[in-house]
Amino acid sequence: MLEIKNLHATAGDAEILKGIDLSIGAGEVHAIMGPNGSGKSTLAGVLAGRPAFAVTEGSIRYKGEDLLELEPEKRALAGIFLAFQYPVEIPGVTNNYFLKASLNAIRTARGEEEVDAMDFLTLVKEKMKIVEMPQDLMGRSINEGFSGGEKKRNEILQMLLLEPSFMVLDETDSGLDIDALRVVANGVNHLRGPERSMLVITHYQRLLDYIVPDVVHVLSEGRIVRSGGKELAHELEEKGYGWIEGASAP
Amino acid sequence: MSQVLEQGRDRFLALAARVPGGGALDALRAEGVAAFTAQGLPGTRLEEWRYTNVAPLAAIEWSDAAEHLSVARSALEAVASPVFACGLEVFVDGVHHAELDGTQRADQVQELADAATAPAALATLADAKRHPFVALNGALTRDGAAVSLDGDDQRAVHLVFAEASADVASHPRVVIETAPGARGTVIVDHVSLGLARHYSNAVIEVRVAENASLDVVVLQRTNDASFHTGHLAARVERNGRLRTHTLSLGGCFVRNDLEVTLAGEGAECVMNGLYLGTGDQLIDNHTWVDHAVPHGRSEELYKGVLGGRSKGVFRGRVMVRPDAQKTDARQSNPNLLLADGAEIDTKPQLEIYADDVKCSHGSTIGRLDPESLFYLRSRGIGVEAARLLLTRGFAAEVLNALPEPALAETLGAVFADRLERSGGVA
Ligand SMILES: Nc1ncnc2c1ncn2[C@@H]1O[C@H](COP(=O)(O)OP(=O)(O)OP(=O)(O)O)[C@@H](O)[C@H]1O
Ligand SMILES: [Mg+2]
Repeated sequence: MLEIKNLHATAGDAEILKGIDLSIGAGEVHAIMGPNGSGKSTLAGVLAGRPAFAVTEGSIRYKGEDLLELEPEKRALAGIFLAFQYPVEIPGVTNNYFLKASLNAIRTARGEEEVDAMDFLTLVKEKMKIVEMPQDLMGRSINEGFSGGEKKRNEILQMLLLEPSFMVLDETDSGLDIDALRVVANGVNHLRGPERSMLVITHYQRLLDYIVPDVVHVLSEGRIVRSGGKELAHELEEKGYGWIEGASAP
Repeated sequence: MSQVLEQGRDRFLALAARVPGGGALDALRAEGVAAFTAQGLPGTRLEEWRYTNVAPLAAIEWSDAAEHLSVARSALEAVASPVFACGLEVFVDGVHHAELDGTQRADQVQELADAATAPAALATLADAKRHPFVALNGALTRDGAAVSLDGDDQRAVHLVFAEASADVASHPRVVIETAPGARGTVIVDHVSLGLARHYSNAVIEVRVAENASLDVVVLQRTNDASFHTGHLAARVERNGRLRTHTLSLGGCFVRNDLEVTLAGEGAECVMNGLYLGTGDQLIDNHTWVDHAVPHGRSEELYKGVLGGRSKGVFRGRVMVRPDAQKTDARQSNPNLLLADGAEIDTKPQLEIYADDVKCSHGSTIGRLDPESLFYLRSRGIGVEAARLLLTRGFAAEVLNALPEPALAETLGAVFADRLERSGGVA
């Protein structure tokens, strides 16, 4: 589904990703862990097409297509979804209007009919139940004044509505209490299936108890320095990153 | 005075000599002619006109209304929607068109040209001696409306000033008076019938009586070739509440003056504004709130969106007189620049002579936030649609404060449509 080869990316003058190779098959869930500043969000941003980053070398193929050729909106229409580490507040645009516009853009791209206001309401209510999100958040401006947890739920709500085929979750668990974590994980698991793949970025092995990964990667200074099964997350939790960096040193 | 301004002045005075006399407006006209003769058209050496050169306006040979045009109701409704039929009063090229009126209560709105006596507030608030365009309006006004609100009528009065004929200048006059405790909404709506170039120079005088509560909406959504100067002068008595909404969504040259005096203790005034500049447009808003007595509250929010090579001017003057202790005055002027060629001159001017007051002001000039843009795009929304959405979002605060939800919706669409048409978001 996704094939990243020798990916180098810069922000301004700084090279942040220094040669990433990563292959994610259909239906697979990969987790990425790694210290602060190691480049996890940069990788997520490059996948979604964040303009602040420039790819200087390497390639990303998604379902056989050259992903780097596509504008961010085209990537979304092709089924890529990024749950933001820091969801953006947008005053004056209601969540309801936004989600409907987004859903209809994506439905049109898939060759499906647009949903009308009534059908949208029914659909969104159903999805809100899954993430246990209060109804009134739909009438408010996008993420404006939402609590940290509400913002994260809103990301997952969008994901449930848009039904993407490749999802990147950037620290969706950070700042969530235990109950919210379960709710959000439950939302994510709703979408797991043989045709959908995920890249889950997290600092905590706790999330991976709920969203069980097939592979865990450790990112350090812009490179993947170790990959393994889900037990790697446990090991990291116990020993910290120093252990990996030490182990990977020559 | 430059030659073009002198020429313009002389042409306007020649028109004034031809305005048919008789009726309640004679005194106003005489005073207007005298004041306009004395001042002429303002040059940029005057502080009030430093950023706004009226030469393009002065260079055009304006005429006054010619024929009584026949205008289809549907044509009017297309440009003045949503039409508030209950209180609709229509003027075309400055002249009343009774056949287009709605069903307003006879005692609520009256045409000035037909009035036996001038309304009490006429020419008491807008000062022709200080404002050349107020003087010009007085000299050349043919008609307008006197609105008196005495009860708790929830139906909006909708005054439509439609301009249709090429190179016609009209000078509508509006007087709004409220009885103590009255509430109401008056919409003064400047529209174009067609694409011909025209000029409207409006003066609105507003008296808000004790405990009265009034919303005045001034909409300017004329075609891209049109000129507009508008002056609103208001006085708010004890515990009265005035909310003004000044929306400039059309034209090539727009100047709005707003002067509010909080004359009674506990008086309150909220001034909302939204301006959208496209192409080579100039939009200038000069506002002045005068806190004359204690315990007044004023809150001003003017939001500007400037695209193309348009230019915005905002000058917000707040005066707190020595007696006006416990004044609470807030002012904010956020601007969004959509293009490199667009510009805004924004300047607050606080003159505070009392010591126990709360005053704040802030003006900002910004661009669309790239992170917000990326967020919307990452959800499949195309870049142009995303820019439009963000820009509308920026304007929403002012639109949502409008007194009628139907107005907010239609004007949001007018705003977006004009923006899209101008390519301002691309
Ligand atoms: N737009 C930018 N301009 C300059 N430097 C940037 C930019 N974005 C990220 N960086 C830098 O790139 C490095 C990697 O940042 P990134 O956000 O990818 O880290 P991360 O692994 O997600 O960290 P965290 O765990 O704290 O979220 C950091 O040093 C960061 O300061
Ligand atoms: Mg990060």
